[in-house]
Amino acid sequence: MQTEINSGAVYVYEAPVRVWHWVNALSITLLAITGYLVASPLPSMSGEASDHFLMGYIRFAHFAAAYIFAVGFLGRIYWALVGNAYSRQLFTLPLHRPRFWKELLHEVRWYAFLEKEPKKYVGHNPLAHLFMVAIITVGGFIMLLTGFALYAEQTGLGSWQDSLFGWLIPLLGQSQDVRLWHHWGMWVIVVFVMLHVYVAIREDIVSRQSLISTMISGWRTFKDDRP
Amino acid sequence: MRETFYEVMRRQGITRRSFLKYCSLTASALGLGPAFAPTIAEAMETKPRIPVLWLHGLECTCCSESFIRSAHPLAKDVVLSMISLDYDDTIMAAAGHEAEAIIEEIIEKYDGNYILAVEGNPPLDEDGMYCIIGGKPFVEQLRKAAEHCKAIISWGSCASWGCVQAARPNPTRATPVHKVPGLADKPIIKVPGCPPIAEVMTAVITYILTFERFPELDRQGRPLMFYSQRIHDKCYRRSHFDAGQFVEHWDDEAARKGYCLYKMGCKGPTTYNACSTVRWNGGLSFPIQAGHGCIGCSEDGFWDKGSFYDRVTDTHQFGIEANADKVGFAAAGTVGAAAAAHLAVTAIKQAQHKGEQDQ
Ligand code: HEM
Ligand code: SF4
Ligand code: SF4
Repeated sequence: MQTEINSGAVYVYEAPVRVWHWVNALSITLLAITGYLVASPLPSMSGEASDHFLMGYIRFAHFAAAYIFAVGFLGRIYWALVGNAYSRQLFTLPLHRPRFWKELLHEVRWYAFLEKEPKKYVGHNPLAHLFMVAIITVGGFIMLLTGFALYAEQTGLGSWQDSLFGWLIPLLGQSQDVRLWHHWGMWVIVVFVMLHVYVAIREDIVSRQSLISTMISGWRTFKDDRP
Repeated sequence: MRETFYEVMRRQGITRRSFLKYCSLTASALGLGPAFAPTIAEAMETKPRIPVLWLHGLECTCCSESFIRSAHPLAKDVVLSMISLDYDDTIMAAAGHEAEAIIEEIIEKYDGNYILAVEGNPPLDEDGMYCIIGGKPFVEQLRKAAEHCKAIISWGSCASWGCVQAARPNPTRATPVHKVPGLADKPIIKVPGCPPIAEVMTAVITYILTFERFPELDRQGRPLMFYSQRIHDKCYRRSHFDAGQFVEHWDDEAARKGYCLYKMGCKGPTTYNACSTVRWNGGLSFPIQAGHGCIGCSEDGFWDKGSFYDRVTDTHQFGIEANADKVGFAAAGTVGAAAAAHLAVTAIKQAQHKGEQDQ
C-alpha cells in the first residue's frame, strides 16, 4: 500500500484478522498433517477391528479442522467487507498500478541480495501480497471446493455438501482426480507455509519494520525514520 | 397389434407362476418393495413389448458375457426373450445380410419407439474406418439408429466413458456415446462397469421396459439405485479401514486376515458401483472379497488414472507425469535447503553491513 512512512506505529491488523490468522495457521497445519495421513496411513494396527478407530479419528480431526478453516474463510471475507483498508488486501491485487510492479521487482531484488535496503510497507509488501492472494485466497478456496466435494461423497446424495459442491467431481473427471487436485494443493500450501515462516522471521530481524509482533498486537512499528 | 411382454413370455414357454415370481424378484431387485410386484405384472400383461436394438461398436463383448450370466436364470430367460427377438448380433440366430436387414426393419417398423442399447463405442478417426459393421462405419449405424430410437442405454464403461480403447493416446479416437458429434439428442442412461454387473443390467432394462421411463439418474446419467454410493461406503472391510488395519503386502498376515486394501491401491473410495452390495456371480463374491483391491472399472477414464496398486496415483496432466508426494517432498526439501542457504547469505551480508557502519 503506502511506502513513505515514518517510524510512527500504525494499527494495521484489527483483532478479527489477527485471530483469524492464527486460527487459520493452526487449522492448515492440522489439515496438512491429517490429510497426509489419510492418503498414507500409519502402520497397520493389530488385534480386533472393534478395538481401534485410528483412521476414523484422523479423518474426524481432518473434517473438524476443515470446518474451522471453512468458517474462518467465510468470516475473513466478511471482515474484508467491514474491516479497514488492509483487511481487503487478501482479496485485491493492484495489478494495474505501475508502482505495484516496481515495488514487486524491488522486493525480488532485495531477496536476491541485489538491493542494499528494503522498503517499508504498512500492509503486505507486494511479493508477499501476491503470494497471499494466490495461495491463501485462491489456493484456500480450491482446497475448500475440492475438500467439500470429497466430503459430499460420504455425506451422500441430497446432502447440502453434495448440492453445493458435488458438481465438481464430474467437472474434474472423477473422484480420483478430485483427490489428486486436493493432494497437490496440500503440497503447494506446505511449500508456501515454509517460505512464509522463514521470510517472516528473517524480515522481522533484518527489515526496517515489525512483522511477527504486528500479527500479535496489530501495530506496525518501524525501526528508523528514513522514508 | 404388438404383443405384450406377457404374451411373448408365454410363447417362450414361461409359466404364469414363473412369470409372477419374476415380477416380485424384479421389484425387489429394483428396490421397489413387494407392493410393486403386481404393478410390474400388470405393466407386462398389458403393455406392448418395447423392442430393443442392441448394437456393438469397439468392445470386447464382456457386457454381453456378463448379461447372459445374470444370476437368476428366470430373469435371464425372460429378459433375453424380450431382446434377442429383435437384434443383437452376438446372440441372435440370424447373420450377415439377414441380420442387417433386421436393423432396417426395426428402425422402420418401430420408428421412435425402440430402445437403442449400445455396447462399445465408435472410433471417430479416419471417418470411423476402425470399426466397420456390415460394410459401413459403426458410427454411421449408431447415428442412424439413434436418430429413430426412443432412448439410449450406454452399456458398460466403453459406451459410457470410452474405456480401454479410448485410453491414452486413444489412437482411433474412440468416443463414448454421449460425446459422438451429430448424435440425435435422445435421453441416455449410462450403466458403466467393465463389465457392468449382470443383475444391474437386467434390472435396468426391466425397469425401462416395464415403466417406459428411465429410473432416477445422477448428475452423470447413471441409475441412482445402483450407482449412488461408492464401493467403499458398503465394503465389508470398512471396519478395518476405520480401525486403521491395512494390508501392507500381498502375502502378509493382514492379507490373510482380510484387512482393508486401501494401501494396496484399492479404488473403492473413488468408485461408484454396486459390487459391494449386489456382488458378482450370483452374489457369490466380488474383487475385494477375493483379496484384490477395486480397480475402479466403472469410473471415467480408469485406465488413465495411474497404477491400480497406488493410493496416491501419478498425475498425467498438462504433460506432467509425476507423483504428488514425490514432487511434494522434493519441493519441500529444496525450499528448506534454499531457505537455509538464504539465511547464511543474509547473516554474512548483515555482518558486512554492520562492519561498514562501524567504520
Ligand atoms: C489447507 C487445507 C487442506 C489440506 C492441506 C488438506 C489435505 C488433504 C489431503 C492430503 C488429503 C488426502 C488426499 C488423498 O487421498 O490423496 C485430504 C483428504 C480429504 N480432505 Fe482435505 N485438506 C484440506 C482442506 C480440506 C477441507 C476444507 C475439506 C472440507 C471438508 C477437506 C476434506 C477432505 C476429505 C473429505 C478428504 C478425503 C478423506 C477420506 O477419503 O477419508 N479437506 N485432505
Ligand atoms: S478394501 Fe477398499 S473399498 Fe473396502 S474399505 Fe478398504 S479401501 Fe474401502
Ligand atoms: S470392485 Fe471395482 S473394479 Fe471390481 S468390478 Fe466392482 S467397480 Fe469394477
